[in-house]
Amino acid sequence: MSTETPRMATKPRGLKLPRKVGPFELSTIVAAVAILVAIFVPFYFDSGSGFMNDATVALVYVVMALGLNIVVGFAGLLDLGYVAFFAIGAYTMGWLGSTWFSGESIHIGVAEQLSSQPGIHLNWLIVLPIAAIAAATLGAILGFPTLRLRGDYIAIVTLAFGEIVGRVAVNSDDGVFGIGHFNLTNGRAGITPVDKIDIPLVERFTTLNLRPWYWTALALALVVLFINFRLRDSRIGRAWIAIREDEVAAVSMGIPTVRVKLLAYALGAAMGGMAGTFLGSFYNTVNADQFEFSFSIFVLAMIILGGLGSIWGVVVGALLLSYINTNLIPDVLNDVPSKIGLDFDVTELGFGIFGFLLVIMMVLRPQGLIPERRHQAEFDVAEPTEGGDFVVETRA
Amino acid sequence: MESASIPVRPSRSRADVAREVISKYGLIAILLVLPVAYGIQDLQDDGSLTRLATNIKDGLSNGAIWALIAVGYTLVYGIIELINFAHGDLFMIGSFVAYSLIGTIGLTVGAGTAELFFGLLLILFITMIATGTLNTMIERVAYRPLRNAPKLAPLITAVGFSFILQNIGLLWLGGSHRGVPDLINTQEDYVTIFGVPITHGDLLALVVTVPLFFFLINFISRSRIGRAMRATAQDPQAARLMGINVDTTISFTFLLGGLMAGAAGLIYALYQTDVWFFSGFTAGLIAFTAAVMGGIGNIKGAILGGLIIGCIQQISDNRIGTEWTPAIVFGYLVLILVFRPQGLLGEETREAG
Repeated sequence: MSTETPRMATKPRGLKLPRKVGPFELSTIVAAVAILVAIFVPFYFDSGSGFMNDATVALVYVVMALGLNIVVGFAGLLDLGYVAFFAIGAYTMGWLGSTWFSGESIHIGVAEQLSSQPGIHLNWLIVLPIAAIAAATLGAILGFPTLRLRGDYIAIVTLAFGEIVGRVAVNSDDGVFGIGHFNLTNGRAGITPVDKIDIPLVERFTTLNLRPWYWTALALALVVLFINFRLRDSRIGRAWIAIREDEVAAVSMGIPTVRVKLLAYALGAAMGGMAGTFLGSFYNTVNADQFEFSFSIFVLAMIILGGLGSIWGVVVGALLLSYINTNLIPDVLNDVPSKIGLDFDVTELGFGIFGFLLVIMMVLRPQGLIPERRHQAEFDVAEPTEGGDFVVETRA
Repeated sequence: MESASIPVRPSRSRADVAREVISKYGLIAILLVLPVAYGIQDLQDDGSLTRLATNIKDGLSNGAIWALIAVGYTLVYGIIELINFAHGDLFMIGSFVAYSLIGTIGLTVGAGTAELFFGLLLILFITMIATGTLNTMIERVAYRPLRNAPKLAPLITAVGFSFILQNIGLLWLGGSHRGVPDLINTQEDYVTIFGVPITHGDLLALVVTVPLFFFLINFISRSRIGRAMRATAQDPQAARLMGINVDTTISFTFLLGGLMAGAAGLIYALYQTDVWFFSGFTAGLIAFTAAVMGGIGNIKGAILGGLIIGCIQQISDNRIGTEWTPAIVFGYLVLILVFRPQGLLGEETREAG
């Protein structure tokens, strides 16, 4: 942007120092308490209850949101096709952990009951890295054409890419692009059943007892959370933020933008892929209807609600939005229209509500619920001047 | 907020030269792949190109609709460099308005020619005004407050508004497809030229879009406010210094884009005899592809792109399968953005270059 608001006029407040309680930062204590609560919460709920189900899914959403946060929040590349990586992960689980390829008979590390079934059956712990690598590769491939582009063009390419993956998922029950007749994805009917997650030395996962699922999801979320923190504070993380803030300056400081950007895409995608394997197994089905554009927006709304680039914000945003999605809209808000004399189904409007949320957040609190410190500082500095000073990009 | 880019011209290596050639002629070559391949196949199969010509004719009619929508993208992008994601859904709202008005005015299949003509003209005007006003309002609520914000912000509100409009459509007419009465006997042949039947639907597309494009191009190049729009697109601050009310000009741009989307909505409703709340999403993406193909920010380019995309879409619908069409169109979009982001007629912009 060549036209700049006169920033020097307002006094920059700069980065605020974190509040401290004793030797620890306040946020560290809050986080530790929250994690402890998350670990012990299943004991207070029925092991097969709806709450456990929702909580498990919410934790997987946290993983996805953290993955997308690397691309959008850290590196500033708006990715609207994130659902593609969820799809890749889920299909990897579907292909490598079900009776789908019934011509094959490969069994690695699975329980005895499964060993007699046809198809490829790999343990989830093996599928997880495979899916992560597959998604990361795809992420890098997707990232490649966007390297020359900037801004909203990236959004469109990623969106188109996500749509292509979605279309392939829907239509590949009879050849890909009309070539051949191989049934790759089984379209909307989907691949089902999918093998349950099976972790050695732990009791078998069933649909009745959701606690092991929950703890697995929690473990996945915590690992990804840890990776996120380490990445953010690393050399790469600083490079991402530099690119986000000013690409030209970042390049002239010697940051290898190509490698760094591709890494952001690949890592973000890997997390989406890992979450995909879990959900594929948890839902017991992988079908094309799960991979619609609106899901990308759903995940994007999480990180925007929480605060772009702010890791804890993203966690809160993901939990909050999945609560809104699974509880608030169907259970609480569903009575509202009939009370005010209107007749419609609120659950149908879920995405309208998310859209509204996006607009409201962007207009009123663009930094999110728990802003990243650096972002907050920027917003403190760049208050809109009186009379709405005009900043529009001009053509060079 | 990066500062103005400095054009860097590194010494040209062989790879650069190759890339330049691909960029210049690659897009045209890619565009010609489908028609040429199927043209050869047609000649082998039945010795004439009638089927291909019919495809292209249908494609041009469809393309007129995409072109009308694409113009809205290109106008807005030209002036504030924002991809107005909600534009496709605005078109959907336009088709819904047209559908409802047909019911309200009471036009039925058996209506006389004069009645039909004036009725449709009235519907066209009301639809255009409705979508135009709506687009201006969206700009006021969702984009104007964010002029100072980072670039990602208005894009995200645009996505948000896209969902809001979709859900308005869902509330309005429900989730299922609605059939529009076939007022003009869309599929009936009017004349046949070289074995290619020209239907009433094609005629409608021609009669509505050509005057609109003529008006639009002249308006932008000749009128006072058109000049203001071009000035604002070039340099908003300088335009402001010259006494142009930039905010009004931008509002007006959104109004123009909305008008075109409304017209597209009416043609679509009559031509496809079907409206659906989700049609805007795909239409928006196709039209955006068209705008990018022609060179975003360039109105003639958007029209050209719309017509080309229409043909590609029709050929793919007819030969490969309807279900693959979106994937093929988006594939083209990615290819264009990779090899020639400035499009067919556009100049290199900083964003894309």
